[in-house]
Amino acid sequence: MADLRTTVAGLPFRNPLWLASGIWGESGNSLKGAWDAGAGGVVTKSIGSQPRMGYPNPTIETYEKWGMLNAMGLPNPGIDEYPQEIAVARAAGAAVIGSVFGADADEFATLAARMAATGVVALELNLSCPHAKGLGSEIGQDPDQVRDVVRAVKRAVRIPVIAKITPNHFDPASLAAAAESAGADAISAINTIRALSIDVQLRRPVLANGLGGLSGPAIKPVGLACVWQIFDRVKIPIVGVGGIQQPDDVLEYVLAGARAVELGTAVAFEGIGVFSRLARELSQRLDTLQVSRIEELVGAAHTVSARS
Amino acid sequence: MNLVRTITEVSERIVETPSTVTLRFRFPPPAAPGQFVMIWIPGDDELPMSLSYTGDPKGVTIKAMGSSSRGALSIADGTLVGIRGPYGNRFDLSPSRVLLVGGGSGTAVLAPAAEAAARKGSRIVAALGATTGAELLFEDRLRAIAESVEVATDDGSVGHHGYVTDVSRRLLSEQSFDAVWTCGPEVMMQKVIAAALPRQIPVFCSMERQMKCAMGMCDACALGPYHVCTDGPVFPSHQLTALPEFGRTKRDSSGRRVPL
Repeated sequence: MADLRTTVAGLPFRNPLWLASGIWGESGNSLKGAWDAGAGGVVTKSIGSQPRMGYPNPTIETYEKWGMLNAMGLPNPGIDEYPQEIAVARAAGAAVIGSVFGADADEFATLAARMAATGVVALELNLSCPHAKGLGSEIGQDPDQVRDVVRAVKRAVRIPVIAKITPNHFDPASLAAAAESAGADAISAINTIRALSIDVQLRRPVLANGLGGLSGPAIKPVGLACVWQIFDRVKIPIVGVGGIQQPDDVLEYVLAGARAVELGTAVAFEGIGVFSRLARELSQRLDTLQVSRIEELVGAAHTVSARS
Repeated sequence: MNLVRTITEVSERIVETPSTVTLRFRFPPPAAPGQFVMIWIPGDDELPMSLSYTGDPKGVTIKAMGSSSRGALSIADGTLVGIRGPYGNRFDLSPSRVLLVGGGSGTAVLAPAAEAAARKGSRIVAALGATTGAELLFEDRLRAIAESVEVATDDGSVGHHGYVTDVSRRLLSEQSFDAVWTCGPEVMMQKVIAAALPRQIPVFCSMERQMKCAMGMCDACALGPYHVCTDGPVFPSHQLTALPEFGRTKRDSSGRRVPL
């Protein structure tokens, strides 16, 4: 059986299949559930300074095969309440990556410090939610703001910092480069792609928020292109996100330059069993390809040699 | 799982009690008693609703609680609504002798289960509770298929003056049952479980939690290690009694634990 272990920013993970932020991660029991189901790492819901209810329903629109739209609106219990949830997941031994969002560098830094104090192994900065006013990609599409946020967070914490990049930008790799220049330890890419669905009979947007973010198989080629370009632009490790359902989806991201990947929509479509199935099938696929360690393939599709 | 939302017309609106309304609509995907749909009232909310009618036309029975369910109550025949589902698990209809314990609008999900079980030959005894006689839901519907129906009201206007759990406790002591199906306030269901447990009668509870995606993704309906949308909404009592939050707390839209 091929070796699926991977390291990201110096941290060891038992496999490269992480639970993406926003999926199952609001409660500690669910983070634990994803870990117990075989996820290599579990990213929390994005946590803010205050409890946030999110948008009213409908918050999702699902397509038969190619994915879904969501505008949850960053619901989260707030940083005061959330440590008790992380404690549940950590007690189960889970490698928890804490996701945070804020309106500016100061808020990010304060949240990051409090999140780090809960014992998470790393932070993921949500610089990329496509549908929250004054938050997420509204900050994350400006390289200067990305730099400010990452720099402030890096001053506030000692654990690795992963900057999650938006694809809703003409040059996402420039955002990754900005994060790297400010000291980010890794990049995750991509968040959802800004998108809309209108019901023709009702002549109105389906989601209560109007705009949402597209995820699932439809966005895999976009995610791959982002990872590919980011790999050419930065030296820090990359976590690939977007439309992963099958072993070869994982391998495409790895060949493009990712050291780990995150799964979200696949959990909704297939259930939490997707982690154990994918780990098993990925290992078998690598055996067939006569690759003994998945890390050998990181960035291997580039003409330049793979970096560690 | 039916992922895609269907826009359909409300074919009939029936006022069941002063605070509950049934909406019937054509929605072809097959559904079983216990399952729920997400019903979108355009311009208002999208709500999780257990099916109170699982055949054709399907139906949901909505009680005025939050502002959104009040909005749903006022919609007229012919209104276009969005339906997706059915989601979740179902009642096991095999027990041959079933006690139903319905509190308020909780009876909505029990009625189709009782009808389906009765059609298969099960014998049904029902205990229904409400604040007052006018609020008793689906009493006639259950009388049509049940061996007996007993009622309790908080104000004593009809039936036993007191809780439906007084009635169900007595029924459990007088008669034998293979299963209890219950839906209503969690403290009520806790009492039902407490009375059935010593007699080793399995209890199945239809649970309610905040719901957003309804497909096991967003974590809004997290209940201990379960998601009500995909692991429920019907839970065997042993799964619930092990949870510290059962009967005590739920999560609000932000995921914060709040008292029930």
